[in-house]
Amino acid sequence: MSIDLPVLKPADFGSDQDVRWCPGCGDYSILAQMKKTLAKIGDPRENTVFISGIGCSSRFPYYMNTYGLHSIHGRAPAFATGLKVCRPDLKVWVITGDGDALSIGGNHLMHAIRRNVDINIILFNNRIYGLTKGQYSPTSETGKITKSSPVGSIDNPLTPLSLAMGCGASFVARSIDVNIKHLGQTLLRASAHKGTSFVEVYQNCNIFNDGVWKYATDRESKTDNLIELEHGKPLIFGKDRDKGIRLNSMTPEVVELGKGISEDDLLFHDEKSTEPSLAFLLSRLRQPEFPEAIGVFRDIAMPVYDEGVNQQVDQAQEANPDSTLDELFNSGTCWDVE
Amino acid sequence: MSTTTTPEKITGATIRFAGDSGDGMQLSGTQLTNTSALAGNDVATFPDFPAEIRAPRGTRAGVSGFQVQIAAEDIFTPGDQLDTLVVMNPAALVTNIGDLKTGGTLIVNEDSFQAKDLRLAKLDENPLDGVGLDEYRVIKIKMTLLTRTAVEELGLSAKIADRCKNFFAMGFVYWLYNRDLQPTLDFIQSKFGGMPDIAEANEKSLKAGFNYGETTEAAISTYQVGQATLPKGRYRNIMGNQALAIGCIAAAKLSDRDLFLGSYPITPASDILHELSKHKEHGVRTFQAEDEIAAICSVIGAAFAGHMGITASSGPGIALKGEAMGLGMILELPMLIINVQRGGPSTGLPTKTEQSDLYQAMYGRNGESPLPVVAPQSPSDCFATAIDAWRIAVTFMCPVIILSDGYIANGAEPWKIPTFDSLEKIEITHPAPREDDDPEFLPYSRDENLARPWALPGTKGLEHRIGGLEKAAETGDVSYDPDNHQAMCELRQEKVDRIADFIPPLEVCGPEKGDLLVLSWGGTYGACRTAVTRAQSAGTSVAHAQLRFLNPFPSNLEEVLNNYDKVLIPELNLGQLKALIQAKYLVECIGLNKVKGRPFAIVEIEQRIAELTR
Ligand code: SF4
Repeated sequence: MSIDLPVLKPADFGSDQDVRWCPGCGDYSILAQMKKTLAKIGDPRENTVFISGIGCSSRFPYYMNTYGLHSIHGRAPAFATGLKVCRPDLKVWVITGDGDALSIGGNHLMHAIRRNVDINIILFNNRIYGLTKGQYSPTSETGKITKSSPVGSIDNPLTPLSLAMGCGASFVARSIDVNIKHLGQTLLRASAHKGTSFVEVYQNCNIFNDGVWKYATDRESKTDNLIELEHGKPLIFGKDRDKGIRLNSMTPEVVELGKGISEDDLLFHDEKSTEPSLAFLLSRLRQPEFPEAIGVFRDIAMPVYDEGVNQQVDQAQEANPDSTLDELFNSGTCWDVE
Repeated sequence: MSTTTTPEKITGATIRFAGDSGDGMQLSGTQLTNTSALAGNDVATFPDFPAEIRAPRGTRAGVSGFQVQIAAEDIFTPGDQLDTLVVMNPAALVTNIGDLKTGGTLIVNEDSFQAKDLRLAKLDENPLDGVGLDEYRVIKIKMTLLTRTAVEELGLSAKIADRCKNFFAMGFVYWLYNRDLQPTLDFIQSKFGGMPDIAEANEKSLKAGFNYGETTEAAISTYQVGQATLPKGRYRNIMGNQALAIGCIAAAKLSDRDLFLGSYPITPASDILHELSKHKEHGVRTFQAEDEIAAICSVIGAAFAGHMGITASSGPGIALKGEAMGLGMILELPMLIINVQRGGPSTGLPTKTEQSDLYQAMYGRNGESPLPVVAPQSPSDCFATAIDAWRIAVTFMCPVIILSDGYIANGAEPWKIPTFDSLEKIEITHPAPREDDDPEFLPYSRDENLARPWALPGTKGLEHRIGGLEKAAETGDVSYDPDNHQAMCELRQEKVDRIADFIPPLEVCGPEKGDLLVLSWGGTYGACRTAVTRAQSAGTSVAHAQLRFLNPFPSNLEEVLNNYDKVLIPELNLGQLKALIQAKYLVECIGLNKVKGRPFAIVEIEQRIAELTR
């Protein structure tokens, strides 16, 4: 006998709350793709939990008709770790932003990734503090003029994917808010991966940092400024697919195909490589010198933290099937008073 | 040759081993404690060690001590003044001699009083020379030499041989107090059995110390502490942190769920993490987090998941957890937050005890953020405290703070072991799955205790979102409505206030009305109870009450306070409970306040009682 499970539509994953992001914010697009992705995955709503920190992106859980926890600034990965260790049966998504994950929450991000907890971390990178009204963030470009940096910021920006790679991430990907097909596929891949999936999404904040990803989203320029990673394929880009990335010793360089350079001379993408150096190198490709890579940088199998914790518990229980609390109370040296 | 004198029968003795951090004093003290408990004594211990793991050898900063009181009667403290002090070097002598009674026994390792040792202890003269020690019974023993000789045939290096001298010192003390060597011989086998040479060396040293007493000091009297008349039952020694850990495991089982500990190592709370990480067979999951904040956040995640989540730390760590504790409060999820208090402020005195985090527990969060606070009174009482605290947490759906302290955490005493079946179960209900046409699920609806439902992820139809933003009553939706915020703040306060009707009334030991009430909380219990009992038998009109529940206070507290002319509140802080009580009940109280990193001596409280009742 088969039970007919109701097929959930994207709209079934939306909550009854009014979405309060600014009109035109890139977050809307990510929300829409997430609903579609969850409908595709087909898990019952009650088995999914969204956990966020503080910031514009972190309002996300309120808009999903799943379980949700809008926590405190920067700490979402820690909440997610506790939840996932106790309930490995649940699908856990962490929604965070560049300030939340990389500034106040850098420590937790780093440790969730290196433990490889089975959660999906989606970082909305808009290179600005939105909810506090426009201060520069850890991903803002040097020289950024904002309310808190009137003559330009001095800080060097972080590249989130390089950080993730440095922590030994088992799944690393990048996508773009308006590149909806690519974003949907990337979220699906992140969900399928066992272990921490780290996804950076270029997100436009049209109020405080409008156009910061213009080079990657403009119909005219994007093909020259982006390189879409495909496993096993050479790194080719450009409107006419006539440019590629070649490795000169350990230094990447942009080359034009033809004129003695063939596809075989280019760098080939291997997302399954256990050696992270090439994936790291791809994360260092930044505008304007290089096209920036999108897609899955890395997807490898690694021991998963929450599984390990639960395995240790299972093993201890199997080895001591009859252990009782009375035994625990009476352990060590005991004596009787008559 | 054997002792011919019969041992003198005494009702109790306080003994301290003091030496360098590396001298094994904690081990010596623990063994004497266990042996004495097995012999039927009541015991209470006070380990006292430096914050540095190995402070420079031979210096005063590096002195580590372990004190135990063994008694033929019910005792509540590890004793004030010492009957016997064992010192392994000059630094230990000068830093501890002040605690030895006039006429008390001083046992000295004479070999470690060389010029170099004196220099390290910053002494110009050898304290063993001259008249400084005349008021004590001094027994000088060449322990280093005698230990080396005892283990000579094993051919060990001098360094390893010298490590056995704490066993020699123990052996001598065992002889002095007529203790059985067997429990310690068994311990040596179980601990060092894998290293036969070391095991044998320790055994030989222990016996050599014992025999040395028998052969050379036959003239002096030895002691026998009789059996204490403890209530019938099965006992074991337990330390406070251990009892908290086991109590939490019991509370989890009583409420039929798994235990999750999220913790970051910190003195003096780490032993809770160590103990719990050993008990995976009971479904315990421990998470050593990257920091204090992650520790409590993981616990909130576990609580949301439906587990019994607990975190354990000390004052500095609790300060870091403040924001997340506020979140736990507004989420109204049950969890335990354990603070094993140590000397503050800031890093303060990590290995010393204090009770100065009461304000922090009460007020250490932003906004109106009331949390229940419970404090154990002794090491074994930590067991029941954990269960009580969890019962409150799940009945009222809120985090509960347990305020222990370093003195309770590291101290040990006999624990009358309960059977698991004799413990009262803790009932928890979760809302059932819901179909689309069932009535709406309201995550912030209330039961008779004002508790909201604990709906677990994975339950169909109960999908809901919680967070740190203010919520609308009933629905839990984000709300900035002014009247709603006022109502919700008052409701969360009211919920905690109502716990007063759930906890037992305050009990008074002594006359119902009288001249003086001594009111204590936490680890000062033992000294206060003993001091009051002594004063009572001397005819003083004084009573004692122990506040186990600090927020909210028991409902009869005001009435109790008004039954006495004066109220004395001894605390290891500058008057925090006193201020809370005076503010709430407008009753003037007298403080007895000490912040020296050490517990109260009974006599300090006795003296104050005498002054106030003169
Ligand atoms: S401030 Fe920027 S990021 Fe925030 S909601 Fe508005 S547009 Fe989006």
